[in-house]
Amino acid sequence: MLYDIFIDPFLQMVEQPDFLLQVLWEGFVAGILYALIALGFVLIFKASGVFNFAQGIMVVFAALTLVGLHENGVPAYLALVLTIGVMGVLAYTVERVVMRPLVNQPDIILLMATIGLTYFLVGFGEFVFGGEPKKMIAEELGLPTGSTAFDVGERGLVILQHIDIAAAVIAVLMVAGLGLFFNKTRVGRALRAVADDHQAALSVGISLNQIWAIVWFAAGIVALATGIMWGARSDVSFALEIIAFKALPVLILGGFTSIPGAIIGGLIIGFGEKIGEIYWGPLVGGGIESWLAYIIALLFLLFRPQGLFGERIIERV
Amino acid sequence: MLYREAGQFKTSYESDQALFPLRQDRIGLAVIFLTAFVVIPLAANDFFPTSIMIPFLVFALAAIGLNVLTGYAGQLSLGTGAFRGVGAYSAYKLTSIFPDANLIVVLLASGLFSAAIGVLFGLPSLRIKGLYLAVTTLAAQFFLEWCFIRIPWLYNYNASGAIEVQQREMFGIIVTGAAAAPLTQYFFALGIVVLLTWLVSNVIRGRIGREWMMIRDMDIAAELIGVRPLTAKLSAFAVSSYLCGVAGAMMVFFWLGAAEPSAFAISLSFQVLFMAILGGLGSLIGSFMGAAFIWILPVLLRSVLPSLGLEVGAETVEHLTSMIIGGLIIFFLIAEPHGLARLWRLAKEKLRVWPFPYG
Amino acid sequence: MTVLVNPERLAPGADASLKRDVLLSIDNVSLSFGGVKAITDISFNIEKGEVRAIIGPNGADKTSMLNVINGFYHPQEGTITWRGRERSKMKPYEAASQGIARTFQNVALFKGMTTLDNIMSGRSLQMHRNFLWQLLYYGPARTEEIAHRRRVEEIIEFLEIQHIRRVPVGRLPYGLQKRVELGRALAMEPELLLLDEPMAGMNLEEKEDMSRFILDVNHQFGTTIALIEHDMGVVMDLSDRVVVLDYGKKIADGTPQEVQANQDVIDAYLGVPH
Repeated sequence: MLYDIFIDPFLQMVEQPDFLLQVLWEGFVAGILYALIALGFVLIFKASGVFNFAQGIMVVFAALTLVGLHENGVPAYLALVLTIGVMGVLAYTVERVVMRPLVNQPDIILLMATIGLTYFLVGFGEFVFGGEPKKMIAEELGLPTGSTAFDVGERGLVILQHIDIAAAVIAVLMVAGLGLFFNKTRVGRALRAVADDHQAALSVGISLNQIWAIVWFAAGIVALATGIMWGARSDVSFALEIIAFKALPVLILGGFTSIPGAIIGGLIIGFGEKIGEIYWGPLVGGGIESWLAYIIALLFLLFRPQGLFGERIIERV
Repeated sequence: MLYREAGQFKTSYESDQALFPLRQDRIGLAVIFLTAFVVIPLAANDFFPTSIMIPFLVFALAAIGLNVLTGYAGQLSLGTGAFRGVGAYSAYKLTSIFPDANLIVVLLASGLFSAAIGVLFGLPSLRIKGLYLAVTTLAAQFFLEWCFIRIPWLYNYNASGAIEVQQREMFGIIVTGAAAAPLTQYFFALGIVVLLTWLVSNVIRGRIGREWMMIRDMDIAAELIGVRPLTAKLSAFAVSSYLCGVAGAMMVFFWLGAAEPSAFAISLSFQVLFMAILGGLGSLIGSFMGAAFIWILPVLLRSVLPSLGLEVGAETVEHLTSMIIGGLIIFFLIAEPHGLARLWRLAKEKLRVWPFPYG
Repeated sequence: MTVLVNPERLAPGADASLKRDVLLSIDNVSLSFGGVKAITDISFNIEKGEVRAIIGPNGADKTSMLNVINGFYHPQEGTITWRGRERSKMKPYEAASQGIARTFQNVALFKGMTTLDNIMSGRSLQMHRNFLWQLLYYGPARTEEIAHRRRVEEIIEFLEIQHIRRVPVGRLPYGLQKRVELGRALAMEPELLLLDEPMAGMNLEEKEDMSRFILDVNHQFGTTIALIEHDMGVVMDLSDRVVVLDYGKKIADGTPQEVQANQDVIDAYLGVPH
């Protein structure tokens, strides 16, 4: 038994390095996609201290809007632009209706408000778009399809889907862009101020409402990108919402407020999950992907209660 | 003027610390008991108890369980669905292994298994706080769900992977299974819920309940007063999981009759969380109100909408219900973050001076 | 309850000559956070039954000192001798169970509970009825609860806060919150009471009330008190001995008169009359 757990999986890895590379690649891609989802959470958390529970449903909603518009005859690029507009309207509405009345409430109240928002968007989305899974319009948007096979020495092949490569590139670009935005621009600085202390930010003249609307809009864009990428790999349906739960372990590892942390956390979870599932999963009947991420995060937390990149919480009396 | 404590003097600390010190509250409680134990059984047909009241009782109990952990002890939990599953499967195994055992004993014992698992997953709470703790309960939720599928022993190697409740008798009356009378099941559920609610309320008003609230409000100060955080937190996990376990067992035995692992999915955890939040965290009455609200509202909508002349399919009702509930959650949070229980207390305050505007 | 004034105590510092046992001794304690040294090599002691003031220009040092005594912070160097036992680290549970109670600079009350519940929470250490009795409530658990309620009511009467018994403390004005916090510390029946700026933010009347309470606690219950305070009038009137900290270092230790006359203290903190 000990042999099965501690020796055999590694032997398997060495015996078939092409398979190992494939698994690593899959893990990498999954990690990037998790990171994209986590990014949306980080944005809103960074700027308002709120854990936006509705991020998952926003991903679905954005994707559904895009596909829905296209189904009704709107050309792909126009649909993209219109969807961005829709996310903008959503951001403005959320800020006006949910965030503004709750501006001074403790974080837990805001969290619950986003839970309420989720419920609402789920119902609304199903009402407008119907509940069946839809196909993402990846080709029409100009995203690459097909795949390339790489030879790995004499041992075998590793197959890389082009869409995955595109996803990785887009994710990295987004992270870089957002990182620059937060650190170098005036708006970014205002966002960080707001994240720290709402009232203090107000007292120096930062317009909370504007900042929040901007942030929710940015999160909406990230949600749209995430929706497109996820949807291109598997269809767009409300099941995608569950994927958002995976964001929590990613955020814990990467820190709730760190943009590069989202990528690192995503990668760790992506790799960990895939390798765990393929090499150790069969020992217990498989399907451990559903909970492995949480256990990984839990183990990390036990050693570092503030996450890998989180700030050390110094409690004062 | 109805709701005044004027004229009701307490001459001992015992009477001051009673559960319902005011006469008006006691009358209200009597009315509720009368309705529950007498009016409903007499007035309702078969449909009402099984489809409305029993699930309401089940959810209320689960909401109380969640309230103990999140409302009183301040530890966020997203795993109540899975803990309910542990209770359900434990009860199923117990009654399979001991078919002649008293069902009430089986149900109450099944909670102990949830409590044990709850304590296990609560251990990290000493190191981890707040939102991070949610990951522990999420881990519990998904891991236990996986166990329900992957451990065939749990469902007696049944081909369908689901558990089905057999007919069981107690004192000669058939209690579970297809042949059981809905009213019988209703009374049993009601009895169990009333008993457990009373026990929990005792714990809450005593030392342990106070320690939970101390941990919730400021755990550092609590530690400096001499409260052991780990003991307090673990006791909260234990009690909370126990209640959820019994609720889960009742859910399968008295209401659904059968269950698949998906019956204990994460959506269930959230449903109970909404009930606790809407009802008011940290309030027993709130748990009942929240459960009533979230459970009964869809039923009302389903019956009201067609009568308004709108022909709506069942699915649309679901969508609209989601939207309305979501909207109501946001509305309540803006208007009264402390939930229905606080609104109720405010109403009682108003009753103190009504019909005069000021006291 | 009448306030008894001990005639021996009419003049502050009058019984500096009285020989008392040392209750708590701090020896060469140093504490730092990362690179910041909060406390550098401090030694002083607190005698049984006295009122000891800890004063100094603002810095983190005084509250950190109390936190070290409490066991909330652990010093990198030095030892604490409490009741004869020397230790390098105190644990919060130990400190509490061995008779050290405390109030905080930023009131650390349990905001979700009433005054009565907050003070009852101070009795936690003395309540022992286990979970099963708690489930039942009627019987031993209730008897214990009522017994402790009586003690708490005595404290409520002592502090004159009967009228706010059932008010959630979050709604109370700051001065009353501080009084409730004192009540909670008293409920622990401590041997040593650590008060962190108990008069902060109070007007003259409230300060007089609080001073009266502190003196009563010291005279009637015999509780030793260590007190951080910025109001010099209060410090000079109430305390038997004073220790002065300046950015983590001790610069004076003695009776109020001695400290008032100390040149270092005048330079660092008190200043000269113009």
